[in-house]
Amino acid sequence: MATKTKSSKKAPAKATQADMLRFYREMLLIRRFEEKAGQLYGMGKIAGFCHLYIGQEAVVTGMQACLKEGDQIITGYRDHGHMLACGMDPGGVMAELTGRIGGLSKGKGGSMHMFSKEKNFFGGHGIVGAQVPIGTGLGFANKYRGTDNVSVAYFGDGASNQGQVYESFNMASLWDLPVIYVIENNMYAMGTSVERHASETELYKRGISFEIEGEEVDGMDVLAVREAGERAVKYARSGKGPYILEMKTYRYRGHSMSDPAKYRKREEVDDVRSHHDPIDGLKGQILEQGHATEDELKKIDNEIKAIVKHAADFSLESPEPEPSELWTDVLKDAEVA
Amino acid sequence: MSVDILMPALSPTMEEGTLAKWLKQEGDKVSSGDIIAEIETDKATMEVEAVDEGILARILVPAGTEGVKVNEVIAVLAEDGEDAGSVTAKKANGDQAPAPAALAEEASVATHAAPDAPRAEVLSDPSIPEGTTYTETTVRDALRDAMAEEMRRDDRVFLMGEEVAQYQGAYKVSRELLQEFGDRRVVDTPITEHGFAGLGVGAAFAGLRPIVEFMTFNFAMQAIDQIVNSAAKTLYMSGGQMGCPIVFRGPNGAASRVAAQHSQDYSSWYGHIPGLKVIAPYDAADAKGLLKAAIRDPNPVIFLEHELLYGTTFPVPDIEDHVLPIGKAAVKRQGTDVTLVAHSRMVGFALQAAETLAGQGISAEVIDLRTIRPLDTDTVVESVKKTNRIVCCEEGWRFMGVGAEIAATVTAEAFDYLDAPPARVHQKDVPLPYAANLEALSLPNADHIVEAALRVCYV
Repeated sequence: MATKTKSSKKAPAKATQADMLRFYREMLLIRRFEEKAGQLYGMGKIAGFCHLYIGQEAVVTGMQACLKEGDQIITGYRDHGHMLACGMDPGGVMAELTGRIGGLSKGKGGSMHMFSKEKNFFGGHGIVGAQVPIGTGLGFANKYRGTDNVSVAYFGDGASNQGQVYESFNMASLWDLPVIYVIENNMYAMGTSVERHASETELYKRGISFEIEGEEVDGMDVLAVREAGERAVKYARSGKGPYILEMKTYRYRGHSMSDPAKYRKREEVDDVRSHHDPIDGLKGQILEQGHATEDELKKIDNEIKAIVKHAADFSLESPEPEPSELWTDVLKDAEVA
Repeated sequence: MSVDILMPALSPTMEEGTLAKWLKQEGDKVSSGDIIAEIETDKATMEVEAVDEGILARILVPAGTEGVKVNEVIAVLAEDGEDAGSVTAKKANGDQAPAPAALAEEASVATHAAPDAPRAEVLSDPSIPEGTTYTETTVRDALRDAMAEEMRRDDRVFLMGEEVAQYQGAYKVSRELLQEFGDRRVVDTPITEHGFAGLGVGAAFAGLRPIVEFMTFNFAMQAIDQIVNSAAKTLYMSGGQMGCPIVFRGPNGAASRVAAQHSQDYSSWYGHIPGLKVIAPYDAADAKGLLKAAIRDPNPVIFLEHELLYGTTFPVPDIEDHVLPIGKAAVKRQGTDVTLVAHSRMVGFALQAAETLAGQGISAEVIDLRTIRPLDTDTVVESVKKTNRIVCCEEGWRFMGVGAEIAATVTAEAFDYLDAPPARVHQKDVPLPYAANLEALSLPNADHIVEAALRVCYV
C-alpha cells in the first residue's frame, strides 16, 4: 500500500469551456457572498462566530463537480461555501447568518449549523471533527441500502488531529464504506500553523496505517481538484472503500471574524493572493484559451453581484423568528405507525 | 491432602450456574491448566480450569445439575500419593462462611439481583386488555425480543456495538440476533465509542434507525459529545429539518464489585438535555414495551438498562405488539400514606420497602417513573396530593439528581399538600468503592427507603 503521487505535479488538468465558465461563476458566488457576509458582520447585522471561506473556493467547487444526485456532503463550521456549492439558496444562507426566519434553519442554527435534506447537505457542525464520524455514517447508510452513492466529509488540518477522525478511518476502511475524506489544509488550525500542530505535516499520509489511499492536491486549482476528486469518487463509488484527498489551500481572512491573524505575515497572504488565487488563476486560463472575453466575464461578475445583493437584502428584510419558535423543533412528533 | 474444587464465580454478577459437563472423570489425572468442566451461566458457557494437580477423586455435582451455587464444592482432588478412594470434601456444602459483604451492616438486602424480584401488585397499563396471559421472561430476553421484533418490522433498524454479533452480546442481550438478521444488520464494531456513536448519528440523519449498544453507559462518556451535540441538538439547529432517530442503549448504574469507573448512574446526566428522551425501565414488560417504542421514536433516545436486572424474570404480556408510551410513569403499588418514586433497579427496593412498611401499618404507593425525560410529573403530583408525603429514590448521586428535580416539582406544584419535606434516597456522594463492605455502604437499598419513609411519616 502506498499513497499516490501528488497530483499537483502532473500536467495541468483540462476542462471544457462550459465547465470552466461554470466553475468561475460558482467560485465567484462564494467569494462575493463571503465578502458581503464579512461586511454585514462589520455592520453588526451578523453576530457570533462567522468563519469565511475566501481563498478556499476551488475545493468545494471542484469536488461538487464530481458528485451526482444522492451523494451527501458534510463539513465543519466554515460551511457557507459548501452550501452554495450544493445549490442551497444564497438568500436562505445569508438570512440564517442574520438570524432571521427566512434562514435555512429558521434563524435557530446560525453560521455553523445549517442543513438541507433536499440538497443532501448534512451540516454545518460546530464541534471540530464531529462531522467526520457522522459523514462516515452517511457512507454506512449508502452501503446498507445498497446504493452507489458516496459521502464527502470535509474537515480542516486542525480537525485532522482529533481522535474521532481515526476512529472513523478505521471503520470506513474495515467496512469499505464509500466515504471521501477531504482535508482542507489551509495551513492554520485557528492560529497554530501545520508545522506547529502536526507531527506529520503531509496529511494525505494520515490514512496509511488504515490502508486508505491518500493524495495531495493543489486546492487552489479547481481543475486539479476536480481531477483528483473524480479519481476518489470513482474509487469509492465502485465499492473499494474510503479515499483521502488533502487539499493544499489557504484562507485569506482570519480564522473567524474576531481573529486579527497576527500569527502570519501580511506578505504571506499577499503572495498567495497575487500568485495562487483560485479565481484569478481560472480567469487567466479562460482568457488565455479564448473561452470568454473580459467583457463576458464582467457580465458574469455583475450577475453574481446582483445575486449576492438580493441575498443580502432578503436577509435584512426577513423578520426575526416569532417568539413561539423558541419552543419548536426540540423533539419530533412520533410518526403514525 | 485433598483439595476441594469449588463452583467458581465466572462474572461479577454470577450467583449460580449449571454444571453442564465434566471433561475429566473420577480417577483421571489432572494437571493445573487442564479444562475439567464446562459451566453455563446466564450469559455464557465457560470452561473451568484446574488450579491444582492430582487425581480427580470424587465428583460431587453430576453433569447437568442446575442452580449450583458459587463456592459449592463440586469435586475433590486427591494430591499425589493420596488414596483417591478415601478423600472427602473438607467443607460441607450449605455451611459456608459468610461472604464479606454480608458482614456490612447495610447489606441486609442483597446487592445482587434477587431471582425473586419484587413484583408489582397492580399492572396499571390500561393498554393491556383483560384476560391477557403472561410469560415469565428475563429482562435480557425481553430486550432481545423487542429488538428482534422491531428488526423484523422495519429493515431500517440495525444494531451496532462492541461484541453484539459474533460474541452474542457482552451481556447476551443480542443473543441469536446475528443468526436471524446477518452481519449487515448486527454489526460488531471496534472499541471506538466516540466513532461509532457518531457513525450511528450519521446513519440516522440519512434515514436509518440505528440501535447503538454501549457495553456499559460508562463507556458512552467517550461518545457523549456526539450524543449531546450531534444527536440531541440537530433537529433544533436545523429548524426541524434533520431528525435523528437513534437509540443508545446499554447497562447503566452499579453492577457488582466493578468499582467507580464501571458503576455510575447517568439518568440525571442525560435527563438534563433538551432534545433527548431518556428511559430507564425496571421490569421485563416495560423493558420490552418501551424499547420497542424507543426504536420507533423519531428522536434520539437514551435507554438505560440495569445489569443486575438482566437475569431477573418478570411476566411479560403475550401481546403481539407490546408497545408502551414513552413519558408515562406506572403506579406499581397503590397506597395512601407515602409516595415512593423510583426508576430502574430502585423500583425493586421501593416495592420491598413498601412491603416492610405495610407490616408497620404504613401504606406506601410505589411509582415507577419508567421515563426520566419527559418526566411524568402529573402522576407523581397526583399521588402526593393523596399521600401528602414523598420519598424520591435513585441509584445515582443526590447532588443535582433525579430526586432533586422531583422534589422541586412536587414542592412547586403540591406545596399545600405536603405534610413533610420531600426525602431523598441515593448513592453516597463518593465514587463507588470496590471493597464489598464499602460498596454496600455506598449504595441505596430498601432499608434506606424504609427509614426515609418513616421519617417523612414522623414515625
